[in-house]
Amino acid sequence: MIKTIERYCACISPSGSEDEIREQIIGDIKNHATSWEVDETGNLTVFKKGAKASGLKILFSAHMDEIGFMIKYISDEGYLYFDLIGGIDRRVVAGRRVVIGGNRITGVIASKAIHLQKPDEKGICVPISEMYIDIGCTDKESASGCVSVGDIAVFKPNFEHFGDGLIKSKAIDDRFGCAVLVELIKRELPYDTYFAFVTCEEVGTDGAKQVGYRLKPDIAVVFESTTAGDIADAPKSRYACSLRSGPVLSHMDGGTIYDKALLQYIKNVAEENNIEYQIKNVIAGGNDSSAYQKSGIGTRVAVISAPTRYIHSANNVVAETDLESIRELASALLERGFINA
Amino acid sequence: MLDLIKKFTAAFSVTGEETALRSVIEKEAAIYADGISTDPMGNLIVYKKGENSGKKLMIAAHMDEIGFVVTYIEDNGFIRVSNLGGINSISSSYHTVRFNNGTPGVLVFDSGTKPEDIKANKLFVDIGARSAKEAGKKIKIGDTCALTPVFQKLMNNRFTAKAFDDRIGCAVALDSLRNAKKTKYDTYYVFTVQEEVGCRGSKTASFSIMPDYAVALDVTTAGDVPGEKNQPVSLGKGAAIKIKDNSVICSKVIVDRLTALAEKHKIKYQYEILTAGGTDTSSMQLAGAGCDAGCISIPTRYIHTPMETIDFSDVKACSSLLTALTEEGME
Repeated sequence: MIKTIERYCACISPSGSEDEIREQIIGDIKNHATSWEVDETGNLTVFKKGAKASGLKILFSAHMDEIGFMIKYISDEGYLYFDLIGGIDRRVVAGRRVVIGGNRITGVIASKAIHLQKPDEKGICVPISEMYIDIGCTDKESASGCVSVGDIAVFKPNFEHFGDGLIKSKAIDDRFGCAVLVELIKRELPYDTYFAFVTCEEVGTDGAKQVGYRLKPDIAVVFESTTAGDIADAPKSRYACSLRSGPVLSHMDGGTIYDKALLQYIKNVAEENNIEYQIKNVIAGGNDSSAYQKSGIGTRVAVISAPTRYIHSANNVVAETDLESIRELASALLERGFINA
Repeated sequence: MLDLIKKFTAAFSVTGEETALRSVIEKEAAIYADGISTDPMGNLIVYKKGENSGKKLMIAAHMDEIGFVVTYIEDNGFIRVSNLGGINSISSSYHTVRFNNGTPGVLVFDSGTKPEDIKANKLFVDIGARSAKEAGKKIKIGDTCALTPVFQKLMNNRFTAKAFDDRIGCAVALDSLRNAKKTKYDTYYVFTVQEEVGCRGSKTASFSIMPDYAVALDVTTAGDVPGEKNQPVSLGKGAAIKIKDNSVICSKVIVDRLTALAEKHKIKYQYEILTAGGTDTSSMQLAGAGCDAGCISIPTRYIHTPMETIDFSDVKACSSLLTALTEEGME
């Protein structure tokens, strides 16, 4: 699974431009899925027939898109001005390498060297509107030869193993979720199950809104990254969750109050299978659950998250053991089929 | 109707945890209903067959109230919380609270916090526990709490309580259901969940009902108090017919029809424009291809504090106006 995550993280697929990651996933599942389709806005939905039908329509979902940048203006000097796709802290942007568009042009997000800064500029992070990407071109004409306004960019792929069983990369949010689902699709499943690889989560859970409306699931479980606050200076009451403590289950976040019986069911399954889990203790963030819960006549929703440090930066950091536990929990849930959940 | 108001304000029903109040309402509604169901999000839908089944009228009042959810238990047994809905942290603090399992506590803030810094992240609940272990026997992360119920009669048949928002709307809906001799259209009295966090329950309920006409019942700010300016609604001046709030511009046909019915039946009414806050009206108006939606509001002072205050004559006016609409319909 880790190899798959590495391959998925290398895709250049910010919100609205998910073609590359979707092609990778289709390649991986097409010989294992019972059926699959891509809808008008790019969501990939997969049906896997099980040994029997449980009478419940179960959906497992992960989002394909990542945060990124969009080129909005090319200056006379050949610099690329850009805006953000999704929520990115501008402090993590300056000085980063990015990859732009289909031609995979490498660029650097410019930041003025400390020697050139005026006293009142020191220690200040300039707004995104004043940052630009330098692609090494001499002027507007040469830059326009390889980049156009409307092209997208993402942090340069940078997957690495490090520390005690940790991995870091851009876009682990939510390529790991995609990889977990692909692993499940490759297996023989006891019950009929639907899988969704959705678009545009980072800009407002847009893809899931359509998948929810179309599939009308009874239960939707979202696989996501959530922010781990086990970092320097944070009090324990603000950790949200910690690395190496297992899958994160949520009562509530900024977008959703989760189904209580379903949460209890997932806890029970985890305990029966000796899978250590943790409960998110900060009410913040949101994910595709909010879209699924409110679609149609309503859907019972749950989220299973990977504790992720430095989420929405060029270096999402996760523990391999947490990802393995999430796969085990997902697999145990499908074995039980949510009967009486 | 006072019996219903007392019962409803006493029941536990914080956003996302509306089961207890739902059972109370279900019991009260059962003998008047032609059908009762609960949907996946937990909305209670009470159906009453109409003379003309060609049209559907949806009535919505929300069961949930603002409150707090446990996020962390400190080593010394103090319980950290986060807000559920737009709660006023200053007015809620130094007040007793009750958890969903009945455990009592006091809601206070970090000692030395300046008044302007009092936010949910400065609040904690003291349940008397001496350690995290002791607190953990009663309370776990994800548990919810609300201010302890208060119900007090004031002068002039005015009452104060926490959570009149929107138990008073639930009581008006149920009172009107009890009093209606007939319903013109197939009528769905919906007691919704999770209104206080963005009208979530009413979205799915209106999707499944797809009404032709819809009326929400909710509280609105009464501006007849010191410090309020340019807020026309007053206590004792009757049912407030909503023109707009931050989430909706009410359909003119509903505003006009409610006005005509109030005039016809000599029910005291006033018009209302709420400049902050939204209601379930918006979800109903936008469901499916859309419908004509409006709202009957109960004038209320000190909304989202432990002492929301109403005038009982207004509540009765709201109930009469709703009954006129359900009995006589749109023409």
